[in-house]
Amino acid sequence: MINWMKFKWLYFFISALVIIPGLVSLFIFGLRPSIDFTGGTLLEYRFNQEISPQEINNLLQEKDYEVYSVQVSGEKNYLLRMPALEKEKALEVSNLLAEKFNDEPQEIRFEVVGPTLGRELMIKTIVAIILAAGFILGYVAWRFKNAKFGFCAILAMFHDTLVMLGAFSLLGYFFGVEVDTLFVTAVLTILSFSVHDTVVVYDRIRESQKLFPKASFESLVNKAVTETLSRSLNNSLTIIFMLIALLLLGGVTIKWFVAALLIGTVSGTYSSTFNAAPLLVLWENISQRRKKQQ
Amino acid sequence: MKRRRFLVWLVIILTLGSLYVDLPSKIHLKFDFSFGKSQLSWLKIDKEITRPPLSWPIGKYRFYRDLEIKKGIDLAGGAHLVFQADMANIVPENRQAAIDSAKDNIEKRVNLFGVTEPVIQTSKVGDDYRLIVELAGVTDINQAIDLIGQTAQLDFRELSQEATQAATFADFQPTGLTGKDLKKSEVKFDPNSGEPQVGLEFNSEGTQKFADITSRNVGKPVAIFLDELPVTAPNVQEPITSGEAVISGNFTLDEAKELSIQLNAGALPVPISLIEQRNIGATLGVESVQKSIQAGLIGLLMVIVFMAAYYGRLGLLADGALVVYGLLTLALYKLIPVTLTLPGIAGFILSIGMAVDANILIFERMKEEFRSGKPRLIAIELAFGRAWDSIRDANICTLITCFILFNPFNWSFLNVSGMVRGFALTLGLGVALSLFTGIVVTRTLIRAFYRKEKIKG
Repeated sequence: MINWMKFKWLYFFISALVIIPGLVSLFIFGLRPSIDFTGGTLLEYRFNQEISPQEINNLLQEKDYEVYSVQVSGEKNYLLRMPALEKEKALEVSNLLAEKFNDEPQEIRFEVVGPTLGRELMIKTIVAIILAAGFILGYVAWRFKNAKFGFCAILAMFHDTLVMLGAFSLLGYFFGVEVDTLFVTAVLTILSFSVHDTVVVYDRIRESQKLFPKASFESLVNKAVTETLSRSLNNSLTIIFMLIALLLLGGVTIKWFVAALLIGTVSGTYSSTFNAAPLLVLWENISQRRKKQQ
Repeated sequence: MKRRRFLVWLVIILTLGSLYVDLPSKIHLKFDFSFGKSQLSWLKIDKEITRPPLSWPIGKYRFYRDLEIKKGIDLAGGAHLVFQADMANIVPENRQAAIDSAKDNIEKRVNLFGVTEPVIQTSKVGDDYRLIVELAGVTDINQAIDLIGQTAQLDFRELSQEATQAATFADFQPTGLTGKDLKKSEVKFDPNSGEPQVGLEFNSEGTQKFADITSRNVGKPVAIFLDELPVTAPNVQEPITSGEAVISGNFTLDEAKELSIQLNAGALPVPISLIEQRNIGATLGVESVQKSIQAGLIGLLMVIVFMAAYYGRLGLLADGALVVYGLLTLALYKLIPVTLTLPGIAGFILSIGMAVDANILIFERMKEEFRSGKPRLIAIELAFGRAWDSIRDANICTLITCFILFNPFNWSFLNVSGMVRGFALTLGLGVALSLFTGIVVTRTLIRAFYRKEKIKG
């Protein structure tokens, strides 16, 4: 049998290699919150001709509108971000654009979120993540009759959260990708996927513990990892197939949502085998050492 | 053995049943086998098959489903509106009642406006009371907002006795005749100018009040106020006892319609203001759906090929179970009915991946049992039993997350966004169903097909 656990520090090192740049980016650049969190206006128009976003920006600035950004969001589609607007004001913007470019822009999307709602969503998101983590911790600890399983599963879960947050901080800085309600949904989904994967490995450890009560914990973990690795890879591959198809061919509105899920799935697959399992061994080793010292 | 045969039939019946539900409600069959001049009329088929909607009486209620997929606003286009109620003038214990009655009221208005199946929810966050309105397929959203947002408190006012000729609108006093005394309202047209007006018909109490007011104000103006703003103040020519009146205030036809809908639905008990609005044009929705469904099908195909390539005959059986899974899920969406959003489609697609997982877990177990030298049939049965623990624990964790995302009890500390809910619902349903297809259906298929082949071989 392959002694997987011998290389546990290598696994942690690889994780750190991925997480640290993201963390640095999180601290320096932060995330780009969407209007879901900050409040504001999102206007998307489809023109019949191509226009430079700069021109739209200049026109609106001239008329004393505050514009955060103008982006090209598709062929002849333009996405405007502005502070929260009244609907009459939004109509004025649309008329201004129609007049200036001698075109009939079609309003594809118009979203206004008040600033209080944004703050609320932030709090609700944090509550949801803590709640989900708490419930899962409780459930895993109960099923496996040992808190260490629960804690290690949660640690692997936070690994995936950090990877996703870091990746989106970098994506936000370099490509202007925003973090919105859907991103939060993706994070929560990956949390459950990651635990799903971890539970399968842990289940094998639990089973072998009963079958071979005298074997060392480390060898049991090695056995479980060997037995579940092909399942874990195959399962993740099917999900990754689905997500790649969606990412490349799916609708524009869910592109970054799917990207978040994809990053999370890869991270979740890695973390269940190469974080959650070695963490258990580490935990066991430390507690053994403590026992000896006493 | 009896139970096994029962399961085979159950799977067959469920599959056929969901196939029936899944098909579009109208199918046009057209075949023409006649060649050249030879007229074989009996070979010509040109028929439209229409599936009737489900409609079963259950006690007092009726279970009715038209078996169409309900599309959320991001797919059908439409608006997501959040209004906040101004509760300053309402004592705290009456606030919940006020927001509930505002909700009923808006429901009436929107229905009168002609929007099918609006979704209207109330939510309480801290001390704020809110109404979340989702209108699918509405094109003129601004009109809808006007219609919903106005309190529409109508009241009739008269001048006090001391008022002089120079009286302004501020001098008008309430008479006690309000929108509550209305029986109904409709759009009328001025017989002379043809301008739109709003016709009012009072109930018996209102008729009496109106008669009294007009009697004591002959030759004087009576003003009609809407939401504390004067609309018109005509002079009373003679007492009106018929209980009918018209409001003429330079309305456009749309404005007159709007006002009459608002009056018919009644005034809102609290003023509300718009704090969030999301309009999604229908074009964006249609494009996204087509692309996402296409992507989903390609993804599904990849999964099917992968399973067959990796697990061979067993994989093919799992693919069969996957097809049953797809049919069942779609049927459930139509039966519940689930309002499908783009994240909802993503949730469904993700759940396909998780549905295969149960099979992968079982098959990997089978391989192990085969390797340990157990007879094939016993190994298969053992694998199902052994894989169950991990399948259960893993899926329960996903269901917990779905529960929190869906927030079924409308807990105010969690999100109630329609998008996120759609995702949680489809993923949750998918996981629950995949437990059924991954275990029951696959096992039934394996018992029915795999075993026979082995015996033959």
